[in-house]
Amino acid sequence: MTESTSALTLTGIWKRFPGVIANSNVNLSVGAGSIHAIVGENGAGKSTLMKILYGMQKPDEGTITVAGIPTQLNSPSDAIELGIGMVHQHFMLAENFTVLENIILGNEPKHGVSLDLMAARNRLSALATKYSLQVPFDEYVSELGVGDRQRIEILKVLYRGARILILDEPTAVLVPQEVDELFSALRDLKAEGITIIFISHKLDEVLAIADEITVMRAGTTVAAVNPKQEPVTARELAELMVGSELPTPDTSENTVTDKVVLSVTALTVANSDGKNVVDNVSFKIHSGEILGIAGIEGNGQAEIVDALLGVVATSGAIEFLDTDITSWTTRKRRENGVAVIPEDRTRQGLLLEAPLWENRMLGQQTVAPNARGVLLDPAGAKKDTWRIVREFDVRTPGIDVHASALSGGNQQKLIVGREMSGSPKLLIASHPTRGVDVGAQAAIWEHLRTARAAGLAVLLISADLDELIGLSDSIAVLLRGKFVTTVDPHTVTPAVLGSAMTGAGE
Amino acid sequence: MKKRALPRVLLLLSGGLLLLSITRVVSGANDLTSTGTMSAAFGLAVPIGLAGLGGLWSERAGVANIGLEGMMILGTFGAGWAGWQYGAWVGLVTAVIFGALGGLLFGLATVTFGVDQIVAGTAINILGLGLTQFLAKLLFTTAPGGGATQSPLIFGELPTFTLDAVANPLNQLQKKDLFLISDISGMISGLFYQLSILTILTVALFGFTKWLLWNTAFGLRLRSAGENPWAAESLGVRVNFYKYFAVIVSGALAGLAGAYLAIVATGVYRGGQTAGRGFIGLATMIFGNWRPGGTAVGAAIFGYIDTLQLRDDANIRGLVLFGTLLLLVISALLLKSGRRNSGIAFMIFGIVMGSAFLSANSFPPEVAQVAPYLTTLIVLATAAQRLRPPSADGIPYRKGETH
Amino acid sequence: MNHLKKLGNSLLAPLLALFLAMVVTSIILVAFGSNVVMVFQQMWGYGSKASSIALILNLATTYYLSAVAVAIGFKMNLFNIGVNGQYLLGGMTAAAVAGRLTLPGYLAIPITILVAIVVAAAWAGIAGWLKVSRGVSEVISTIMLNFIALGIISYTIVRTNVGEEIAVNVRGTRKIPTSGQMPGFTFPNSNIEVYGFIFIAIFIGIGYWFLLNRTRFGYDLRASGMSPSAAVASGVDSKKMTLYAMLISGAIAGLVALPDLLGSSHTYTLNFPTGFGFTGIAIALLGRNNPLGIAFGALLWAFLDVSSQQLDLVGVPREIVTILQGVTVLAVVIAYEIVRRNKVKAQQRDVGLALADNKEGLVL
Repeated sequence: MTESTSALTLTGIWKRFPGVIANSNVNLSVGAGSIHAIVGENGAGKSTLMKILYGMQKPDEGTITVAGIPTQLNSPSDAIELGIGMVHQHFMLAENFTVLENIILGNEPKHGVSLDLMAARNRLSALATKYSLQVPFDEYVSELGVGDRQRIEILKVLYRGARILILDEPTAVLVPQEVDELFSALRDLKAEGITIIFISHKLDEVLAIADEITVMRAGTTVAAVNPKQEPVTARELAELMVGSELPTPDTSENTVTDKVVLSVTALTVANSDGKNVVDNVSFKIHSGEILGIAGIEGNGQAEIVDALLGVVATSGAIEFLDTDITSWTTRKRRENGVAVIPEDRTRQGLLLEAPLWENRMLGQQTVAPNARGVLLDPAGAKKDTWRIVREFDVRTPGIDVHASALSGGNQQKLIVGREMSGSPKLLIASHPTRGVDVGAQAAIWEHLRTARAAGLAVLLISADLDELIGLSDSIAVLLRGKFVTTVDPHTVTPAVLGSAMTGAGE
Repeated sequence: MKKRALPRVLLLLSGGLLLLSITRVVSGANDLTSTGTMSAAFGLAVPIGLAGLGGLWSERAGVANIGLEGMMILGTFGAGWAGWQYGAWVGLVTAVIFGALGGLLFGLATVTFGVDQIVAGTAINILGLGLTQFLAKLLFTTAPGGGATQSPLIFGELPTFTLDAVANPLNQLQKKDLFLISDISGMISGLFYQLSILTILTVALFGFTKWLLWNTAFGLRLRSAGENPWAAESLGVRVNFYKYFAVIVSGALAGLAGAYLAIVATGVYRGGQTAGRGFIGLATMIFGNWRPGGTAVGAAIFGYIDTLQLRDDANIRGLVLFGTLLLLVISALLLKSGRRNSGIAFMIFGIVMGSAFLSANSFPPEVAQVAPYLTTLIVLATAAQRLRPPSADGIPYRKGETH
Repeated sequence: MNHLKKLGNSLLAPLLALFLAMVVTSIILVAFGSNVVMVFQQMWGYGSKASSIALILNLATTYYLSAVAVAIGFKMNLFNIGVNGQYLLGGMTAAAVAGRLTLPGYLAIPITILVAIVVAAAWAGIAGWLKVSRGVSEVISTIMLNFIALGIISYTIVRTNVGEEIAVNVRGTRKIPTSGQMPGFTFPNSNIEVYGFIFIAIFIGIGYWFLLNRTRFGYDLRASGMSPSAAVASGVDSKKMTLYAMLISGAIAGLVALPDLLGSSHTYTLNFPTGFGFTGIAIALLGRNNPLGIAFGALLWAFLDVSSQQLDLVGVPREIVTILQGVTVLAVVIAYEIVRRNKVKAQQRDVGLALADNKEGLVL
């Protein structure tokens, strides 16, 4: 593709953050009037790239060319001026405003001093018809479903004159029928000359809609394919995404026993829109077993954890050590041996404004060594905090500092140490080594293996394939709230794992 | 949802009026709907309504303002201090300015410094009270006719009107004690009887607010600050500007309410004359579901209840009967719509009130005194489920922070 | 080093705020033609007399209790603005009961205290229940309950036989017999007794610290205030917590009337001081909900209140002190917010630096 037919070109983009290279040597060439998909797993660098495309970050090196003209994007306003419009994954809509009000906010047509709603309506109707994006202008957004909301976000940018649309994981929240509607709209947009950049990890969908595909992995672009010219299969794409080799699993002995610690049957969790984000899921974990759950984030993992913790309403049954705990409170579950390393440590796992030793107590504040009867045991908690600091290598000036003073990695180490104390029977570990340096990560894995050998049952949720394959005895793949397959870490191939995770199909 | 509201409100009002009329006839408390009572009710509705409108401006921009009471106190003081020296009109303007300054200070604390909104509001209340107490003692003790907690009489008055053409015939009709017809006439004639210019101004302000906030770009942006400031920011709206504007207007309106209390209702500044109306105003705002129309209705209702403090025994009995009937009707409606717990709760309240009515021959004035506050509590407790506050109301916002 | 530095830092904000308030007050005084230095001298001179110190301690005792009541709510992000209504109702009921008791002191006094606590807690519980079951903001409900309490009290004293004519044109509850009164003590040069209740107040302060920092319940309470989501994930039942917090806050509020009631007035009349609730809020904010901080705040506030009594005699309205107090509160909350933001920024810098050592491939 020549420069003149490219709507947007990125060359040699590098972006670094303290201690981390987010994008390295990224090259992207988006054909004018095409639908261009950028695919990759979580952590592949898509988010950062997208922020650069939209002017929210400036690259450290490299050039950006829009319609053949090299340019600098210093802020989202610059991007808007150049006709680049971003449709965020998390919609920015005012629930109590109508669709019309949400779209025109900040760019209102006026008749003297009053709002000229008639003009707004006409303009929007024209736009909606032109691009086949029908939305009910006078409904409150709170009444509308996800598909409509997305169309509103697209109209928002079109209303401001965008010619290049960036959509961030647009199908993450859609059901298949809504996906079809979206794609139909995208094709209509394309027919009108709009260029679309589409960021996703769902390979089957990408293959259905994209004219061009760029694959990212580990911060760089690894491949650019044009499916119309050279057909590519989903499996091939999946392999590109996850890498041609998977980590080798740990070949230590099998410690899985026959004793069932956790038995989940037909678990279903619905979100506020009524959609089942966890759909009829069943599994068992035995003492001495680590069950890994693979899957792109947002497919129901967080909700499974919430359900096991007892903080959301569920249907289905949860049995722990042969007792039905479905109706048990969170406190009771924790007191009886359920430990959780939460996904969002600052919101669910820590009291940022409290000292470390008080954080050590969080989740276990009713049992030893933190408490004796109704009273707390600060001396006991402090002593045990020092133990955790030593055993889990928490880098801290002391145990009286606030948790907020620790780096993310050290916070995580504290949490892991805390949750593994007190001889839990079941550990739910959600991204347990997120933000932790490599050395400490290995140490945490060793702790997990030791506990497993001693009979701990672990539910491991992770986006890190090293971790999943290295630790799990078996891996279940979660896609759109359902388990689609179970694989053996010793024999699984990248293609199979990648395809299952992304729904690429066989 | 916008369209459904109007008929519902009308239905509620007509139902209420019918009930009131029945009560009057049954209990013989003819003052319940007399011209005098209605006129007083509209009058007392003004400060409450202005406070509610002030609260509405502020909360629509996302800032919960419980400092309205303090701003109102500043208003009463401004009216008294400027009013006794320079006349009612100057007093009016001064009151508004003083209230607005209170709003500005509140905005500084909450919008710029990000102090918790309730804490800042409480601080404004403390400061407003202290400042006015100090200045009153300092300035009024030696002034002619004044005292440590009271200003001298404000000289001059704000004009009042009586639309004789409408008021007189309706007044005659009201005196005839006909079921329902007299009550309605009483209400309407009360509205046109000794109508203060401030009341007219208040009605105008309500209308202006509705137009400004719902029919202009300015209003849309201000409301967006209270619904989703991060979305607004992403579209280039200057959220903090609108928040400041809103809280200053909020203070000005509270100051205006203070002006009414000082100039029209009593003629002096007197310590304690606000009597919690700033908070009752907030309650009317909640009752009105954060909309001007509903707030006005709420203010009228609370104003009505406020007047009954001035009426005599028979009428307080009438009020208690009305309350009983109202509670029983609400209870029936709740039970019918399937809300058993609430329905039963209301029935119990109704029976308690009913027994009180039947067993006592006269009621202590404390009942009327407590009525507005008790009503507020009951209204808030019932209305909780149907409310639609602005989505980002009370939530601290900082420019540039991701949500 | 750490502890001293921490103490220094936490005193810095209120001291700065006080200083700012003094500046503002001085400006006002000058604007109205008063001699600033003279004013502060008068206040200090009067306030440091022995009798004044006794008065200050007494007032501070009352303020302290009120502030602790408010602080317990604050710890859970609940605003109990209803301390006024709670202590007045509790105080009146306790006075009425105490007036009719003929039991010896060691029985009468605990009973009196118990009545005050129970009534006030129940009153606060109404707001708590409304919040938990109907989602009514406790800010407005407690304020409304304040006014309703005033009505109930007025009715009870004036129109029932709970109130008696205890002096010319003054109705109040029956005077508490000597057996039901709480003895105090005086120190040299003072002709005013210090309330015995001060020891109970100190005990409450210790109890407050103990409850919050040494019990499981206190931990749950603080956690709910710091991070509701983390607290829920750790097993806290947030609705129960809200209700308990309001009940305990109300219970302590009930004590506020007792120092005066049991120590000097021995009867509840309609002239009983009614502003202690708001003072409590101000002092709780000043002392940052910390038992020692609140103690300092209460003493400071009481000092200002007592020493300003002198000012009327020299032609300066004593309400100048109210301005001082009001500005201090506003300045303090702003100062605390600024300090908090700077702390967070500083920590984020530290995190950034620490991450630089981190070789793990964190992608954003």
